[in-house]
Amino acid sequence: MSELIGRSVPRVEDERLLRGEGAYVDDLHPSGCSEAAFLRSPQAHARIVSIDVEEARSAPGVIAVLTGADLAGELEPMVFQIARVVPETVRASTGAVSRVHPMPAIPADRATYVGQPLAVVVAESRYLAEDALELIELELEPLPAVVDPEAALEPGAPLVEPEWEDNLALEYRYRRGDVDAAFEQAAVVVEEVFHSHRHVASPIETRGVVATVDPLDGTLAVSASTQTPHQLRDFLAGALRRAPETLRVRAPDVGGGFGPKGAIYPEDLVIPYLATRVGRPVKWIEDRSEHFAATTHGREQVHRIALAADADGRILAVRDSIVHNCGAYHTLGLVVPYNTLTHLIGPYDVPAVDVRLRAAITNTGVVAPYRGAGRPEAVFAMERAVTRLARAVGIDAAELRARNLIAPEAMPYATGMIYRDGTEQVYDSGDYPKLLARARALVEEEPWAERAAGRRVGVGYAAYVEGTGVGPFESAALTVLGGGRVRVATGASSQGQSHRTTLAQIAADALGVPFERIEVVGGDTAAIAAGFGTIASRSLVVAGNAVAKAAAELRAAVLDAAGSLLGAPPESLTLADGTIRPLDGDGPELPLADLAGALSPFNPRRPAGAPTELHAKAIFNPGPVTYAAGVHAAVVAVDPATGAVEILRYAVSHDCGRPVNPAIAEGQVLGGVMQGIGGALYEELVYDPDGQLRTGSFMDYLLPTAGEMPEIRLVHVDCPTPLNPLGVKGLGEGGAIGPPAAIANAVEDALADLGVVVRACPLTPDRVRALIRAGGGDGGATAGAGATEVAA
Amino acid sequence: MSEHAVQQVPIRVTVNGRELAAEVEPRLLLSDFIRHHAGLTGTHVGCEHGVCGACTVLVDGAPQRSCLVFAAQADGAEIRTVEGLAEPGAPLHPVQQAFHEEHGMQCGFCTSGFLMTTVALLEETPHPSDEQLVDALSGNLCRCTGYRNIVAAARSAERKLAEAGDE
Amino acid sequence: MKPASFEYRAPEQLDELLELLADDFTDVRVIAGGQSLVPMMNFRLSTPELLLDLRRVDELGALEHRPDGALSVGATVTQARLLRQLEQQGGWPVLAEGIRHIGHPQIRSRGTVCGSLAHHDPTAELPALAVALDARMTVAGPQGRRTVAAADFFTTYYETVLEPGELLAEVVFPAWPAARGWGFRELARRRGDFALVGAVATVDRDAAGATAEAVALVLFGVGERPVRLGGVEQALAGKPLDAAALASVEPLVAEAIDPVDDLHASADYRREIAVQLSVGALADAWERSSARV
Repeated sequence: MSELIGRSVPRVEDERLLRGEGAYVDDLHPSGCSEAAFLRSPQAHARIVSIDVEEARSAPGVIAVLTGADLAGELEPMVFQIARVVPETVRASTGAVSRVHPMPAIPADRATYVGQPLAVVVAESRYLAEDALELIELELEPLPAVVDPEAALEPGAPLVEPEWEDNLALEYRYRRGDVDAAFEQAAVVVEEVFHSHRHVASPIETRGVVATVDPLDGTLAVSASTQTPHQLRDFLAGALRRAPETLRVRAPDVGGGFGPKGAIYPEDLVIPYLATRVGRPVKWIEDRSEHFAATTHGREQVHRIALAADADGRILAVRDSIVHNCGAYHTLGLVVPYNTLTHLIGPYDVPAVDVRLRAAITNTGVVAPYRGAGRPEAVFAMERAVTRLARAVGIDAAELRARNLIAPEAMPYATGMIYRDGTEQVYDSGDYPKLLARARALVEEEPWAERAAGRRVGVGYAAYVEGTGVGPFESAALTVLGGGRVRVATGASSQGQSHRTTLAQIAADALGVPFERIEVVGGDTAAIAAGFGTIASRSLVVAGNAVAKAAAELRAAVLDAAGSLLGAPPESLTLADGTIRPLDGDGPELPLADLAGALSPFNPRRPAGAPTELHAKAIFNPGPVTYAAGVHAAVVAVDPATGAVEILRYAVSHDCGRPVNPAIAEGQVLGGVMQGIGGALYEELVYDPDGQLRTGSFMDYLLPTAGEMPEIRLVHVDCPTPLNPLGVKGLGEGGAIGPPAAIANAVEDALADLGVVVRACPLTPDRVRALIRAGGGDGGATAGAGATEVAA
Repeated sequence: MSEHAVQQVPIRVTVNGRELAAEVEPRLLLSDFIRHHAGLTGTHVGCEHGVCGACTVLVDGAPQRSCLVFAAQADGAEIRTVEGLAEPGAPLHPVQQAFHEEHGMQCGFCTSGFLMTTVALLEETPHPSDEQLVDALSGNLCRCTGYRNIVAAARSAERKLAEAGDE
Repeated sequence: MKPASFEYRAPEQLDELLELLADDFTDVRVIAGGQSLVPMMNFRLSTPELLLDLRRVDELGALEHRPDGALSVGATVTQARLLRQLEQQGGWPVLAEGIRHIGHPQIRSRGTVCGSLAHHDPTAELPALAVALDARMTVAGPQGRRTVAAADFFTTYYETVLEPGELLAEVVFPAWPAARGWGFRELARRRGDFALVGAVATVDRDAAGATAEAVALVLFGVGERPVRLGGVEQALAGKPLDAAALASVEPLVAEAIDPVDDLHASADYRREIAVQLSVGALADAWERSSARV
């Protein structure tokens, strides 16, 4: 029975958002609410000599001013559970060592990155809080700072953490096959250095927290713009030494997440703490300046990668030495750096692999998952190297890829690696050659008029796999409400992913209740006790299957209850379209609303022993991740005179298993692609060598707009996974994984005869011109180009 | 800081047809006035330096960043916000309907700004060229949709409004 | 990101406004559209004590054609209003094209022409246009009014010849000959961004239409203010602007400017692009010009 899954049902989220009736965290303003602002470190590394807050404390409207010294003993340094986790199998196969690195909510002695909170002001309004910030006298003694991760790993580098003997936060090495022999025997070897630069996710809604102590029962209610309300609750319970039941954390409407809102921040702890301390509700809304400095960043890796291949371009071995920048705190352990390992080889069948990664802490903002979370970095290195290999071998880049892809018959395909969750990495399903062929068809069938007109046109590909639907679990609780409506509560909250629609589609199908009668509640710890959150392309897989599982149980409970009411065996009944009917069509019908009414305690004739409530709960533990995959293809025109890159077309073929709502799935991919294009051409978070942030506004950090949107074509190659009952794979991140590699490959293709090698993005006009100059070919700039323009 | 009295500027504005009189501190941003004084939280604040466009409202018919206007400067102005596009309970405005149908929104945070930009554009230019459309829409940032469906929604809204005008 | 406290006045009379502006003991700023000033105030990079709003001074809102064919644009005239006027009534097509490159409609609807000029971001379009079109700036102050040529108005980054107590009351663009050709080329990172480099050119041909009688070329984004390339203008005067002539001035462009590095582009790149855009703008201007009548 599948009437809704697979259909582009219009979103139920939209109407209230369109009317301006959404409730984002800054729209919540409890009575008596005060507002906080943080004093942030202006230096990348400094000893705190003194912080004088006396004048600020007596400024108009100020309720409280606290420094790290005031919090010492109150709030322990923050340690996140995930930072501790290195599964034994991972350790055994890679020797992974990860240092646990506590992060002070507000440090008392030392500032370690620009933007780190050093004091907090609570005042009657944000305006007044910011006024008071200016009255705080901060004396810092500069310490040597280190910004570059490779420099941070050099002997003698300034120590970010004085108690450590070096800046190494995490290290692993994975080896399989005889790599040395493969390189010795290889007909072709390519070797290159590729950089993935630092990004900031930049959801249009910044972070925010509102905390209130309930005057009736003392519950600490926290609303936060978070992807993981249950994890925040559990963290706060530990940090504030409260029973979890005395905390309620809600994610209200959340204006985009993309990874950073899955982290837990100092402000997430300090604001709830302040609410308990000042006796007023406290609100903090991050401003855009703060977002650039203090919200986690993404990417930043350096890969020294080498590929060995035979004369036909068959890849024999991959060797990669990676340095990863953690930023000032190593808070999330394996997550991003280890994703890089397990996604580096991607869809290719490679006999021998040697990958080493070292992660350094530096005096920069914390690097944590950002859409792709270690995968775009891996794919940029690998797919650039594969393209270089094709050129070295002298065959078409798509053809070389085709020769190396894992065949569909090889599925399920064990890579030999261990995934981050400790299980063997096995690609469960997928047809990579078909994905490539479909993408290729979208860009190669065109006789590109631009090329005919003498423009420099290049085509570039990027193929990737993506482990999706990672555990440990997600929860769902379904309850039949009055009127025959059904409430679906889940731990997965939404930041725009449309769960209220897709999870309702799943529940409607599984239950046999009309879609319109299903309401989904996500992101409220009071609605469901256990939950994990919306991160890592997992919600549709993990929450979706939890909903389906709970719905199946609820359906059975409904039929049981209906059976006892109707005096019929439950197996003789069915629930469809919200009504219970005999399977043979012979007998009375019972609308779900009537069943709920009959079971109500208000019904004096309710059958003895019948349940008073129709309810079912389920936890779905997904087991190993399921592999989504995709091939991106970019066609670009490069103006060699100005270095300007124009994307003529962007094509995506992708496999997200069984799509639940194709329009929503497509929307996720489109949005991801545009973020990837941003990173490829426009966005870069820049620190100067002293650790000062140079990109502190949207005037410096450039997000793509509608004016930068190319033509994007999508095709689906659906390979449902056998790993979960719904057959679904995750797709939140895939769109963002391919673009930097595909676009860099295309730009290099367009400039191939000029000797250009693209080693990093964003490919700004200036950088493209510099590449052309470095390549030795001038590309006909200066005089020639001017003359061309005149002629035109 | 000396405890001097903070200046209060009396203003009168019309917001979605409703007249409001208030005394405001000179530095109060129009975005904060709309959200916190007028209680219309559908106008969102995304950057407070005039780039993201989330706070776009119509001031005397023209789309403007409400984070780059002081409430005191809006004295006498007629302001329209997203809440004014369709009365509660009434059908959606054609532009709103188009964003729904074309899936031109995901998290919804930037949506109000895009709606107001689109309404302003189509009221002044019922049939914009591609150039005019992109010129207007590129003044708002969206991080979720990748813009394709927003552009499609604006075109769909153009058709809806033209049809409504024909009737 | 909330602005610091300030006092606010919006007088109706220019005299009253100038009197308030002349207060030596107060940090006063005038505000018209505020599209550059308010972001700086929100970042608290600008913290005036007194903000003088020009909006109620009717005489500053004039947008009119003068008997001599000049166009005068008052201090509170928005970029959108001027653009609409130019599109509906014609004239100064290069000004219209330049304004279309300013930000987005949401900015142009509030941002004023004079505000952009007085703010003087050297990567902005309007200062370069004012210089290229020989605009005259009417400066009002405690001593009355004075007129400053656009060429003399801009001093260095975000600075002009405006003295404390003065404001830019209007800008006057001299009459636009119908036969004049124009070119406007700009390279920006994204649509609507401030320019990496831009070039404004005009060409007036002689009566026969065979050669350029007068040439103007102004670059922006290449230094501390708009740069007028007098050497190029002189070198091209009296010649047809064919490919050879244009190629011959390329070195002059490169030598005349002294751009700087920033996040978005290097100095070398700006120089390289300035040459290309100059040649492109001049060629466009030649193409669009016709014989003097």
